[in-house]
Amino acid sequence: MNVNYLVSLVVVVALSFVPYFGIDAGLKMLFGIVIPYLAFAVFFVGVINRIVSWSRSPVPFRIPTTCGQQKSLPWFKQAKIDNPSTTVGVIARMALEIFLFRSLFRNTKMQLHKSENGPKITFQWELWLWLAALVFHYSFFVVLTRHLRFFAEPVPFFVQLLEKIDGIFQVGVPGVLISGFMLLLAATYLLVRRVIIPQVKYVSLVADYFPLFLIMGIAFTGIYMRYFEKVDIVGVKALTMGIITLSPQIPAGISTIFYVHLFLVSLLVAYIPFSKLMHMGGIFMSPTRNMANNNRATRHINPWNYPVKVHSYAEYEDDFREKMIEAGLPVEKE
Amino acid sequence: MADYPTSKELIDNVNYKLPKKGWMDTPTTIRKGMYCYAGNPKSLETVGFPNARQWNPLDEDWKLPENWQEIIHNGFKERLENFRSFKIFMDICVRCGACADKCHFYIGTGDPKNMPVLRAELLRSVYRNDFTTAGKILGKLAGARKLTLDVLKEWWYYLFQCTECRRCSVFCPYGIDTAEITMMGRELLNLLGLNIDWIATPVSNCYKTGNHLGIQPHAFKDMLDFFVEDIEELTGINVAPNYNKKGADILFITPSGDVFADPGTYTCMGYLMLFHYLKEKYGLDVTWSTYASEGGNFGSFTSHEMMKRLNSKMYAEAKRLGVKWIIGGECGHMWRVIHQYMGTMNGPADFLEEPVSPITGTKFENAKSTKMVHIAEFTADLIKHGKLDLDKSRNDHIKLTYHDSCNPSRGMGLLDEPRYVIQNVCNHFYEMPPNTIREQTFCCGSGAGLNAGENMEQRLAGGLPRANAVKYVHDKFGVNMLGCVCAIDRAALPPLMDYWVPGVGVIGLHELVANALIFPGENKRTTDLRGEPLLGMEDEADE
Ligand code: SF4
Ligand code: SF4
Repeated sequence: MNVNYLVSLVVVVALSFVPYFGIDAGLKMLFGIVIPYLAFAVFFVGVINRIVSWSRSPVPFRIPTTCGQQKSLPWFKQAKIDNPSTTVGVIARMALEIFLFRSLFRNTKMQLHKSENGPKITFQWELWLWLAALVFHYSFFVVLTRHLRFFAEPVPFFVQLLEKIDGIFQVGVPGVLISGFMLLLAATYLLVRRVIIPQVKYVSLVADYFPLFLIMGIAFTGIYMRYFEKVDIVGVKALTMGIITLSPQIPAGISTIFYVHLFLVSLLVAYIPFSKLMHMGGIFMSPTRNMANNNRATRHINPWNYPVKVHSYAEYEDDFREKMIEAGLPVEKE
Repeated sequence: MADYPTSKELIDNVNYKLPKKGWMDTPTTIRKGMYCYAGNPKSLETVGFPNARQWNPLDEDWKLPENWQEIIHNGFKERLENFRSFKIFMDICVRCGACADKCHFYIGTGDPKNMPVLRAELLRSVYRNDFTTAGKILGKLAGARKLTLDVLKEWWYYLFQCTECRRCSVFCPYGIDTAEITMMGRELLNLLGLNIDWIATPVSNCYKTGNHLGIQPHAFKDMLDFFVEDIEELTGINVAPNYNKKGADILFITPSGDVFADPGTYTCMGYLMLFHYLKEKYGLDVTWSTYASEGGNFGSFTSHEMMKRLNSKMYAEAKRLGVKWIIGGECGHMWRVIHQYMGTMNGPADFLEEPVSPITGTKFENAKSTKMVHIAEFTADLIKHGKLDLDKSRNDHIKLTYHDSCNPSRGMGLLDEPRYVIQNVCNHFYEMPPNTIREQTFCCGSGAGLNAGENMEQRLAGGLPRANAVKYVHDKFGVNMLGCVCAIDRAALPPLMDYWVPGVGVIGLHELVANALIFPGENKRTTDLRGEPLLGMEDEADE
């Protein structure tokens, strides 16, 4: 029995209750100010640390995974993006990878059919993972950007614009912002997929469920605050502006659900540097994707290239000279 | 009775059911037919690999050095510090599973530990335990586990069930390359002397005698001379090659597999014929070398260092002979090494000239630093410029499909050059389905040193997806020949075809070229290089 998702769920639920008791115990300062500051400190230090630690390890060889025709003779049409030979090509490849999840777009589903005439293997284009991942990341991005309204006065125009687009479906008051729901939906899909596809479930760890539940928790509390509990926005903004201007204050009257939301966000932010969520940094540095396939045209330097013991021609000839002469093969020393 | 299941039994055993227990709690049993024999200690000694000893993978006791855990830990650390790829790949996998059903070994065995993601997790779990805070504190909850003897055995078993084909990497959103992880894992295993003999002994042979079977210089020459006789019999032309010739224009290096094993031998005859043609017609002077007589690099299946040691011979020999540049024959992993490692490891090759075809004047811009050109590139250029006299119809008895070898496809991008050559020497060519060719090509199942005899079941299972795609075009178009540009393919695919798609042969690109190549003054050809009658020549061929 794979208990990894239960563990994650229980942990996230338990953590959500922490601020409840905390706020009751009058620890608003702790949850509203201290923990968020700490979390962001951990985030920045941690992320920088991780990136520095990655960049400390050199890239000794140029090992791009090539996914199309190489640049060779002029009449062969090179796959300039999937098999780039220039920096521009690499940037295009990376951009497609980062913004459109190019590789995931290739995903297929294999099926083995057994029959009288022997096995038959088929491959089906599998778009759901790609689609869900795309929706997940983009709605996350929109939600995040929208939150900039809490950290800037006046609210920047692009945030207002984004909100307009986000609220395109004019339903109810306050207007429904679609991104939050998309985020929750996509996260739910990714979670369900993890639990019901046996292979994916088999390889999943606590570290895979935990951030999903955490994000779902964040999305849920966010949505709850906006549409149901209707927290005191003015108070919240006073708090966030206080944080950002380094003059923290705790305005009265903000309901506890906000502190739960903030606490979960803090956890997520602090968790990033130690987790697989670092893939957002790693993708930029992956040598199989961010290098040009021009190995034979331009020499790549390995900083730790060291001399090795080889079996030289001279030694070889010493081993076989007689036989070589007899066979009429030229030799250096008669 | 063969030592492996019938194809029906094999398929019946494949189900993708997963054990109830988690993978860390599911012990691994090393199963006959699915592993290769341990490396011969003598071979390890030749090249100075540590901990050479007689051992048996099936034994409880692997005769490891006292401090083996420490050796692995330090080796792991060193590699994390030396290879950004390794470090990043240890950290960022999200276990999305996109790679899971992309591996031919997973498809063919149904063994979950053959899912690329899980193969990598075998190492990652130990990485977490040894090198991450969460892993140290939370242990199993964080997906970490200690390196026990059982874990080590599991590594060995599954790292030698990966052919380093990189298919998984094509689908990974971060480009995580399980082949790279396997390479690191195998390096670690080598620190303990845990190799397989089909790798260790070729490595030692390549090091000592220059090629993987340990063919000595005179014997190497004998074997080629034997082909010279065959060719003369067939065409009436004596192709007399050069050996170790100083001052030749070009050094030619091909995997030694082509020299001794059918059907690679016919490809080798193809090279000999092509070079002779070019010499007679255009005065091109090509030499073979007995010292650098192995294009393949079995070292790359052990460690980067050994890869470099073996690869060094190519440049050393080119320098000694004073050639202008180098042409490389048809081989898969050989080209991964030449294309992605050689220049870095053993370059700069500033004693060679930037390759220009003296026949067509074409500059091989893409090889201007490494100075080594793939023979498919070279031949495609000759054809494009009308320098070869070809009679396509001499391949009319062949209905061809083409297998992209993993390494040239995903570590280089050599896709259209061989196809161009094929289109020009062959009238009947049919592609396999798109998900199984080009960068999505399926491995032959025997790469990265796994084409031994004792692991036949593993090879046949791993080759299933490839064979199945061939079967598709065989049933649909009557394909009877599988073309390729790799010596391991030529050794590994024939038994695979016999097993899954009887009636399909295997052929190298330059065998097809040589069939079609018209020599001035040659005898009328009634058969192909194999002595099979050409279409419409059945009667004459018999005489
Ligand atoms: S596709 Fe990449 S990220 Fe996804 S499970 Fe495989 S290795 Fe991990
Ligand atoms: S490199 Fe090839 S053999 Fe190895 S795990 Fe990936 S797909 Fe499988």
